[in-house]
Amino acid sequence: MREVAPTVTVVRTSTANLASVLTGFERLGCRVRTTADPHKVTRAGRLVLPGVGAFAAARRAIDAHGLADALRDRLDRGHPTLGICLGMQLMASGSEEAPGVPGLGVLDCVAGNYESGEEGWRVPQMGWNLVAPDEGCEIVPRGYAYFANSYRLTTAPDGWHPVWCEYAGRFLAAVERGPVVGCQFHPELSGDYGRALLTRWLEA
Amino acid sequence: MLPVRIIPCLDVRDGRVVKGVKFRGLRDQGDPAELARAYEEQGADEVVVLDVTATTEARGTRLDTVAAVRARLSVPLTVGGGIGGIEDAAALLEAGADKVAVNTAALRRPELLSELAARFGSQCVVVSIDALGHGGAPGGDGGYEVVVRSGTERVARDAIAWAREAVDRGAGEILLTSIDRDGTRSGYELTLLRAVRSVVRVPIVASGGADSPAHMADAVGAGADAVLAASIFHQGNWTVEGVKEALARLGVAVRPGYREEVSA
Repeated sequence: MREVAPTVTVVRTSTANLASVLTGFERLGCRVRTTADPHKVTRAGRLVLPGVGAFAAARRAIDAHGLADALRDRLDRGHPTLGICLGMQLMASGSEEAPGVPGLGVLDCVAGNYESGEEGWRVPQMGWNLVAPDEGCEIVPRGYAYFANSYRLTTAPDGWHPVWCEYAGRFLAAVERGPVVGCQFHPELSGDYGRALLTRWLEA
Repeated sequence: MLPVRIIPCLDVRDGRVVKGVKFRGLRDQGDPAELARAYEEQGADEVVVLDVTATTEARGTRLDTVAAVRARLSVPLTVGGGIGGIEDAAALLEAGADKVAVNTAALRRPELLSELAARFGSQCVVVSIDALGHGGAPGGDGGYEVVVRSGTERVARDAIAWAREAVDRGAGEILLTSIDRDGTRSGYELTLLRAVRSVVRVPIVASGGADSPAHMADAVGAGADAVLAASIFHQGNWTVEGVKEALARLGVAVRPGYREEVSA
């Protein structure tokens, strides 16, 4: 067990779902604080970039607070950072959801929509799906995780360990590079599975 | 297809879980946060909290109940009841909801669904539709109308057409309740489910009438992606775990427990 409760800083750029992220870490004994201050983003020991909602709106919120450079810098340097759902997609170069709106560009890929018109696949993907980490992944375990998304990444970016999942084709459930992790699913809503993942990330 | 989600529903009034039949005769069933936690431990894939008296008594859903449930719950939480506008939804999400279920307000002003989807994303917006078979015979003439205010008021709106419009406007999920079946434990309204399934691509949560895993399997067969139940869980007839074991035997995919999955 850890001797001192770790502090987790959560980027506050929108209202939705923040409480789930905060209480998820509190249940693990963390001290949690939120910020939209670029200096605190830079200095945070462990940073979470949550995100639900629209890509363009989230990017605008990042820019409105002047957070893009601070986020990109710590992702490039490998400082412990966890992007969740849209927070992972924001790490990419962009999204078909908002053509022309750049992501942070740390992951060299673009988020796309689930194949439209294909029968049988509900959009949004809403529910629990089996995620399978590639060899080399050390934080994201194998197991069922909770997803709520209409867009996703499908190609593994260079230099990152991919975690795969199937839904109307193969897509990226998560990526890892040391203590930098992006999850398309919601670890904070994934019960025991999510607790296991967050615990590993806190110890990474 | 994903494993079917098993969703215990907590109908809350004045901070306590209650349950009645066809939305009447409500009886106390316990503390929402304790029940939510217990259901998660049994394997619940999600929990729904509905403030069943919020709209009729013209007050907002109790944020303290939502916060208390959130503090104990680490699976998704959908909250409905008395959401009149964007700010109500924002307050619920801030308190710990992951999705908001909108009913009466969306019928009064359908643009609300688009506004919610634009601000929070479609995956956050559930349209809750309470449907009543025409003439009191469920599906007797193949039609369903929408009722509101906990089933006390008719609105002269076709339920299937409303489902389609709500999704077009941005709802990312439908919580579809058959008022004819609510609390009767006579099985989900399958004709209603099939009719809505045929017009939308978003996930559908079947609600109203569950008494057994066989009913849930039938709902999945009729196009439901998730099954909601209250009475059978509150009254101890079934645990979520027991339901999942029975569904698996019936050939319906369910989410196994994490340790189960890892050791497998």
